[in-house]
Amino acid sequence: MAFVPPARHLLRAKDLADARYTEQLSVDDLAAAAGLSRAHFSREFRRTFGVAPHAYLLTRRLERAAKLLRSTDNSVAEICLAVGLQGIGSFTTSFKRTYGKTPTEYRASSPPAASKAMVPGCVVRAYGRPQHRTFREDRAPVRS
Amino acid sequence: MRIANAHLWVHDQDEALAFYTEKLGMEVRADVTLEELGDFRWLTVAPPGQEDVSIVLMAIPGPPVFEQDTIEQIEALMGKGAAGTVFLTTDDCQASYEELSARGVEFTEAPEQRPYGIDCGFRDPSGNPLRLTQVMEIAV
Repeated sequence: MAFVPPARHLLRAKDLADARYTEQLSVDDLAAAAGLSRAHFSREFRRTFGVAPHAYLLTRRLERAAKLLRSTDNSVAEICLAVGLQGIGSFTTSFKRTYGKTPTEYRASSPPAASKAMVPGCVVRAYGRPQHRTFREDRAPVRS
Repeated sequence: MRIANAHLWVHDQDEALAFYTEKLGMEVRADVTLEELGDFRWLTVAPPGQEDVSIVLMAIPGPPVFEQDTIEQIEALMGKGAAGTVFLTTDDCQASYEELSARGVEFTEAPEQRPYGIDCGFRDPSGNPLRLTQVMEIAV
């Protein structure tokens, strides 16, 4: 069987965190993906990537949450759940510790998501064109 | 020139969003509702890690964008699965097939060997076909 460097197993766990952060993923799941015991995995992950696995997963979630705060108008609670975090309180605390602002403050400091959405000109022209109205419509009897 | 987005008609944006995120594992890239465009909702999703391209999950608009005839024609095409297809790739078609099946994705075609690799097919809730392919490496 071909030799697989130990770091390849750790990378599999890191990839899992990057791809499945929206789910109820834990360090145990990451350790299982690497095929290592939790304690050994945590030690090796930190040694290889310079950060503990739970911290990597949390910062991935916070990075994605920050992106959603900038690119959507979804509520903070919806974004918290969307990135796999359960408690809005701990989300706000972790976010503020990382970014120096609460999620609401962070969003307010960025341009509104709608101003950055790549809504193409053809959509703006098609959806922004008003319905044609005539004076005759004003006099038309109201249909029930 | 690069591909930025490609749009897909969907019957219900919330239902489509749940499917593409919760079942397929994609992430939301943009979700904004523009009041000045009659509450038009720009909703895009993409696989994690693929930053520069996304699928726009587009509701079929009513007047003044489309008249009833046009709406019905689009819905008829969607009903026949002929409104558009999304082609996805994976490193392991069989594993992805099993994972997505476990999440409730209903496949129309199980993994099968093709000249270009292994692929399978399924539909989104609007009837749009999706293909999932493990592309075979071909020596040049």
